[in-house]
Amino acid sequence: MALEKLELEHVPSTYHIYGALFRDVANTEFLQQQLLSRNSEFEYAFIDASSVISRLHLLSAVYSAVNVSLDGTLRTPNVHSEIVVSFNTNNNIADAYRRWGITPGKTKDLIVIKVVSPRQFTAQDQDEATTQQQQQQQAICDHLRQHVQGTPAPLTDAELTQATDWPKVRKYYRLNGVPALDRLADEHERRRQMESLAIMGMALRGL
Amino acid sequence: MATAQTEFPPPKVLTYPASAPPTLITQGAEGRLYKTTHLLPDRPCALKYRPPKPYRHPILDARLTKARLSSEAKVLERCRREGVPVPAVYAMDPAAGWMMMEWIEGIPVRMGINEWLGERSDGEEEEGAAAAVETDSARQEEADETTTTPLVDLMKRIGAAVGALHRTGVVHGDLTTSNMMLRPPPSQGGQVDGGTAGEEKEDKAKVLEGDVVLIDFGLATQSMSDEDRAVDLYVLERAFASTHPRAERLFATVLASYKDTFKKASSVLVKLADVRMRGRKRSMLG
Repeated sequence: MALEKLELEHVPSTYHIYGALFRDVANTEFLQQQLLSRNSEFEYAFIDASSVISRLHLLSAVYSAVNVSLDGTLRTPNVHSEIVVSFNTNNNIADAYRRWGITPGKTKDLIVIKVVSPRQFTAQDQDEATTQQQQQQQAICDHLRQHVQGTPAPLTDAELTQATDWPKVRKYYRLNGVPALDRLADEHERRRQMESLAIMGMALRGL
Repeated sequence: MATAQTEFPPPKVLTYPASAPPTLITQGAEGRLYKTTHLLPDRPCALKYRPPKPYRHPILDARLTKARLSSEAKVLERCRREGVPVPAVYAMDPAAGWMMMEWIEGIPVRMGINEWLGERSDGEEEEGAAAAVETDSARQEEADETTTTPLVDLMKRIGAAVGALHRTGVVHGDLTTSNMMLRPPPSQGGQVDGGTAGEEKEDKAKVLEGDVVLIDFGLATQSMSDEDRAVDLYVLERAFASTHPRAERLFATVLASYKDTFKKASSVLVKLADVRMRGRKRSMLG
């Protein structure tokens, strides 16, 4: 199955988070249009994979948005748009959509995140909840396969790294001319530090 | 630990499920430190929580908590970008009063030094006796060379870390050997167990091995003033004298290495002499 259930620390068990990666998506225009028209069938976070460094980077944005959602202090229409905004290091929402959201003609590889929050769950007991969750996962998976014209790929670091556009990421997270990075000779270590600085920039958003 | 946790309710963020329950590590006047996980079960983190103060007006309390956490995070970001060894910030919620930071493995420098000196104490007396009998200064020198080099080396690393910190325009505000960690080299992480008898001697030297990582920036400020920097050094010097009186003479090594790392150190060291004369507080006011 192309849709992975993502388990995060410190997230209530009533929240279910799913993620998928699609390569070479052909219908980005259609998908963005669904978001712009607030089509409730398309309540997803569509993320441009070229702006994402790693799985950890992605999960940080997801966690940040879920945390805000738990607080009830969303600054955008829903938790999905909040995920896209969480990638940014400042509070410019339009900017965040442009950089991390889906852009027709530019987005090639697409990460999809779906957060199902408690209000959409009605089950009383554990077994029923599990069945409901599985049905839901299947339904989301089918829906994505039907509407996203791209090649499903596993949401792994290996796949994500291939899609990363480093010059862009370095610009978005102000990683050019950073002494801590320029000093490093090892490319692997430098990427690890860039990931760390990006996550830090997101954590400090707007400060 | 369990009683401590019933005494203090954990922050809301820690009431949600995680692979392992959070543990309360330490508690200060302003906040509490928990060990927990960030995003994944195998990613340990330190969560610093500043609980609301019931004696303060709620609006003022929220504002102070937010401002202090934000300033700490900003200082840490600045340090990370400049390559000063400090923990990374993973996630934070200034309004809720918490911040998740990188978990630094290893032991505080204070503990490392004390363990080292503790093991040495018997040997030192024997050496003294031997030297008295032989009255051989060359032998004494040789003993110093072999037994204190790891400690001298640690002093150099401390001086370099503080020098790098001051170079970036940050003063720590509470520099002590408890607020520095000795992070073991990453390769050791997986295979610390199973030391054979032959390696025992090596293990003693390993007590002082690792990178010096500065922690707890709760009182840190961004400052370029020699006065503030000198006070930072003075506080460390005093902390050194009280926690490790036997290593006090080695503080000169810390200062020498500080001077090597930080170009503008000489004027700070001049100021340090002033501060030593009058103490930490500049004026008698406040």
